[in-house]
Amino acid sequence: MYAYDELDRTLLNERVEEFRDQVKRRLSGELTEDEFKMLRLQNGVYLQLHAYMFRVAIPYGTLSSQQLRRLAHVARRYDRGYGHFTTRQNIQFNWIKLAELPDALAALAEVGIHSMQTSGNNTRNVTSDQWAGVAPGEIEDPRIWSELLRQYTTLHPEFSFLPRKFKFAITASAHDRAAIKVHDIGLRLHKNAQGETGFEVLVGGGLGRTPFIAKTIKPFVHGRDLLSYVEAILRVYNQYGRRDNIYKARIKILVHELGIEKFAAEVEEEWRAMGDSALTLDDAVIEEVRSRFSYPIYEKLPHMPEELKKAAHDAVFERWRRNSVFTHKVQGYAIVTVSLKPVGGPPGDATADQMDAIAELADKYSFGEIRVGHEQNLALPHVAKRDLPALFKALEKIGLATPNVNLISDIIACPGLDYCSLANARSIPIAQELTRRFANPETAELIGRLHINISGCINACGHHHVGHIGILGVEKNGEEFYQITIGGRADENAELGVLIGPAVPFGEVADVIEDIVEAYLALRGRPDELFVDAVKRLGVEPFRERVYATR
Amino acid sequence: MPLVKNGKIATDIFVHIPDGAELPGDGAILVSAARFLEDPEALLRRPGKLGVIWPNNRDVDDLVPWLDRLAAVALVFPTFRDGRAYSQARLLRERHGYDGELRATGQVLRDQFVFMLRAGFDTLEAKKESDVEAFAVTAKRYSVFYQPTGDGRLTALNRRLAQRHSESAASE
Repeated sequence: MYAYDELDRTLLNERVEEFRDQVKRRLSGELTEDEFKMLRLQNGVYLQLHAYMFRVAIPYGTLSSQQLRRLAHVARRYDRGYGHFTTRQNIQFNWIKLAELPDALAALAEVGIHSMQTSGNNTRNVTSDQWAGVAPGEIEDPRIWSELLRQYTTLHPEFSFLPRKFKFAITASAHDRAAIKVHDIGLRLHKNAQGETGFEVLVGGGLGRTPFIAKTIKPFVHGRDLLSYVEAILRVYNQYGRRDNIYKARIKILVHELGIEKFAAEVEEEWRAMGDSALTLDDAVIEEVRSRFSYPIYEKLPHMPEELKKAAHDAVFERWRRNSVFTHKVQGYAIVTVSLKPVGGPPGDATADQMDAIAELADKYSFGEIRVGHEQNLALPHVAKRDLPALFKALEKIGLATPNVNLISDIIACPGLDYCSLANARSIPIAQELTRRFANPETAELIGRLHINISGCINACGHHHVGHIGILGVEKNGEEFYQITIGGRADENAELGVLIGPAVPFGEVADVIEDIVEAYLALRGRPDELFVDAVKRLGVEPFRERVYATR
Repeated sequence: MPLVKNGKIATDIFVHIPDGAELPGDGAILVSAARFLEDPEALLRRPGKLGVIWPNNRDVDDLVPWLDRLAAVALVFPTFRDGRAYSQARLLRERHGYDGELRATGQVLRDQFVFMLRAGFDTLEAKKESDVEAFAVTAKRYSVFYQPTGDGRLTALNRRLAQRHSESAASE
């Protein structure tokens, strides 16, 4: 965990007071809605279909139990008793009242969380691997660098009015759980031949109506130069990114229009001109930030404790363990993913009571720490294996032991037309229906790893382009239709999915997905050939044939 | 237009001369970049201070040869959402060493004041009288800054390191 110091706290309180003043000026009419819009967006406040939506950042996906309890409090006191975890390590509240927002922000600031820059045309929450610091084989904890970037991007005097939003993601593992290739800047931590820490910098990834996989702009930027290199990219983008058309304003379009070589040359020239600037991070500075991360003091525990051996006879526990428990870098410990995808539920939602309960379990079993992943699930990152049976029982009791992590019903979905004023179609009911169709855990396990992503419009908040199966809601003559893509992925081998054919109406989506899955089960080479690998090998055609032959 | 200069409410001594209009014989004037670049030397020879209004889509490199002879550079925020002039301001101050008046014009609102000061602006041509009056309070709203810019304010990282040094010195 990163511990805020007096300076971090002061800045946060100053921000809350500034926003309180802005809300007051809006309510008195001193600020027009046009003027206020940008200010509220910079504090994570959107106007949705029914009410204001309030988005709170969970930087690099790390939460303390105290912070999670405070989120539960905000859900209960200022909202309708629940929150929605998003695909970018944020939580959203959907029913907030404008006049009460400053108090909600003040309550969050007390525990060191905020909503700064969770929307608007600025640098957004810096996301990272939700297993940072505990994943086996990780090069080093990427959150040190994420925190340096968080501070650097917070209230940046030059880059708070960019052409469009700007998102960073960072990973330090071979397997990318942070989807860095679909971010404006993706950072892959690695070491050079001298053993020094640095980053492969990728730029121009993104989804939305013009999806692109990010391209490598520089294979190795030394850690000490991370901020100056990022500043060079942002400066080039701030000056030359398009501002004439909101749909062409993301950096991916600039990179695409200039070409990566020309863009890289522009950045290089700017970076060289900056020279050795105040942004250069010396070791003392990096150590300063590193020193404010605290780590659990692990016990020396056996790899296979008695408790686990005993519980292995319980088939229900075993299924959950096989599915939701992952290897930790320390022997005797495990990472537990808590699925927020119950059968029939909206993906990523948690009630205030569940949040409180998870906070309590984190205190009891995970050194008070919780992680939030872009798949809209939570994780307890440091669970002693001997505690797994007890933890399972406790999770079961609060409805959070669904053994579907990474399986077909572990669906990523945006809020869609049920909440969002941009949406063309509903997302949540599609997800709910699919979780019911694939409710049988044996079937889901048989199908194996399969990611379904649903977006209710072309803005692609559900990341449908990179779902193994992607579902995109569109509107046709006033009715909800859905385009289906297959073969997408968001990891280190990121690819965009391919459309299988004409859009289908709302009522047929679940049938189509069942057809695709049946085709896969019939076509896969071996039981362990994943759906996405089968699509890669076979192409779209056999799936298209199966779906449209009878339609 | 209400003006804040070097932290105080001020009267604007510069007269904005539209393109094509005749130049007054003396006194401080502001002219467009286009007019300035037509014949910079002639304008610079004229008695009286000269300032140039520089558009936000033109590279400031083109202005660099004359910087040390200009009394003012006015950068433009066509809307408050367009942040290009923040980069131009920092480049003028921090890379090109410009130390004359650097003025923010256009849709300049209270809520951008701190960003503008940090980027190097010393003169703010605010849209609203009430924002000018609120300058003193607004400029003091923040006491902690994460990024180093050319404005000399200490960053949070600097302050932490300094604190560490003094703590370790005290414990020795």
